Amino acid sequence: MTVLEIKDLRKSFGKNEVLKGISFKVEKGEAVAIIGSSGSGKSTLLRCATLLETADDGSICYKGKYLLKDKVYAEKDELKEICSSFGLVFQNFNLFPHMSVMQNIIEAPMLVKGISREDAEARARDLLSQMGLSDKENAYPCELSGGQQQRVAIARALALDPDVLFFDEPTSALDPELTGEVLAVIKRLAEADMTMVIVTHEMAFARDVAEKVIFMDSGVIAEEGDPKELFYHPKTDRLKAFLHNANI
Amino acid sequence: MFETVLKALLEGFGKSLEIFALTLLGALPLGLIISFGSMSKFAPLKVVTRAVVWVVRGTPLMLQLIIFFYGPGLIFGTNIWGIGSQGRFIAVIVAFVLNYACYFSEIYRGGIEGISRGQYEAGQVLGMNKSQVFFRIVLPQVVKRIIPPMSNEIITLVKDTSLARIIGVYEIIYFGEKFIKSDGIIWPLFFTGVFYLLFSGVLTLLFGYIEKKLNYYHN
Ligand SMILES: Nc1ncnc2c1ncn2[C@@H]1O[C@H](COP(=O)(O)OP(=O)(O)O)[C@@H](O)[C@H]1O
Ligand SMILES: [Mg+2]
Repeated sequence: MTVLEIKDLRKSFGKNEVLKGISFKVEKGEAVAIIGSSGSGKSTLLRCATLLETADDGSICYKGKYLLKDKVYAEKDELKEICSSFGLVFQNFNLFPHMSVMQNIIEAPMLVKGISREDAEARARDLLSQMGLSDKENAYPCELSGGQQQRVAIARALALDPDVLFFDEPTSALDPELTGEVLAVIKRLAEADMTMVIVTHEMAFARDVAEKVIFMDSGVIAEEGDPKELFYHPKTDRLKAFLHNANI
Repeated sequence: MFETVLKALLEGFGKSLEIFALTLLGALPLGLIISFGSMSKFAPLKVVTRAVVWVVRGTPLMLQLIIFFYGPGLIFGTNIWGIGSQGRFIAVIVAFVLNYACYFSEIYRGGIEGISRGQYEAGQVLGMNKSQVFFRIVLPQVVKRIIPPMSNEIITLVKDTSLARIIGVYEIIYFGEKFIKSDGIIWPLFFTGVFYLLFSGVLTLLFGYIEKKLNYYHN
């Protein structure tokens, strides 16, 4: 089943065309990695897909329901329903600092989905134990390391049971020694067939975890396909140069 | 004598307290509304709001009191405040509320603008609507940020209530000063200072307590 289909997505900031017709599909259970140099439009792509930016043209379709179809966005009610299909994990976590770890996770399920506190807490405890953070439910974000904060942010996103989870450079804000614990969590999600789109600079991680890799360059998908194929036999010069600089 | 003085000062202090409380009651919410106006994406509203705030903050409250009280009568020929001490009191409250709302609005604005965009985006991606994001995510963090500047402003208000007498609303200093003329004694006036000190002291303790309570996290 296709969870996400993006077609000919375009987005400009003023005269700067950042997405120049992006098309790709994400199948259920698939982990897709997006790589590319800084400024190539990776974040803008995720932000358009998650409604944090409005695209100029193209279509975005979640499980057969169009969020955006030929420049036209869905109606408000439908929009709300479609929005529950995706989650996003930010580079700098964006946890709510005034809420405990538990409250961070249960806030949206209770407020948005109307889930009871009991059920939401039970689910949160389950997620926290998956993240290896069972002892942190009463901690505040400021008391946690960056790696722990990011794992809470992942649990918070998962608590809403999204069909697809986007990650925008989930380890880029972390000290090198903390990236491993976050990547391990994402890897386990991939093994459990969570559908994910992961923008990352961790090439080894993309190669080992993703089913498909997309290489973006100046607003277009310059190359995409099987990770091993892509990393060991790059076709385009641009990807060759990128991989050379990335030292893989 | 002491009893007479105490009674008079208490009466005046009651008036000061009334001004203080009513000003807060009106200016705390009005300030929030004004801060929304000053951050509006609708340019005319933003410009007008910021101009009003600039004028109100840039001129003395004493001047505003006088203009508010006498202005309507002299310009339009009608005394909109009603007659007697009641009317004067209403004029005082209106001027104080507007003045303090403008000061508060700038504090709110600073607090709201200090919340990172990521907080709004995180709330939005989690499916919260705008008001849920504001009341559950933004406002609680704003409250923590603005407690220190707010407490300064509120303690200033305690002392500013004395300006009300300029249009004949008899607050505590008025009563204190009366004894200079009637009995030739100055100590009641010093005594009014004790009231102010005690009151602002209590507020300082209160805000210190709130600040401590909100220290369970830091950004
Ligand atoms: N809000 C914005 N306003 C204007 N330009 C932007 C904005 N967001 C991103 N851009 C521009 O879009 C381009 C792509 O940025 P981005 O999507 O963040 O790239 P990446 O995530 O691949 O590094 C950059 O040139 C950036 O300056
Ligand atoms: Mg980016």
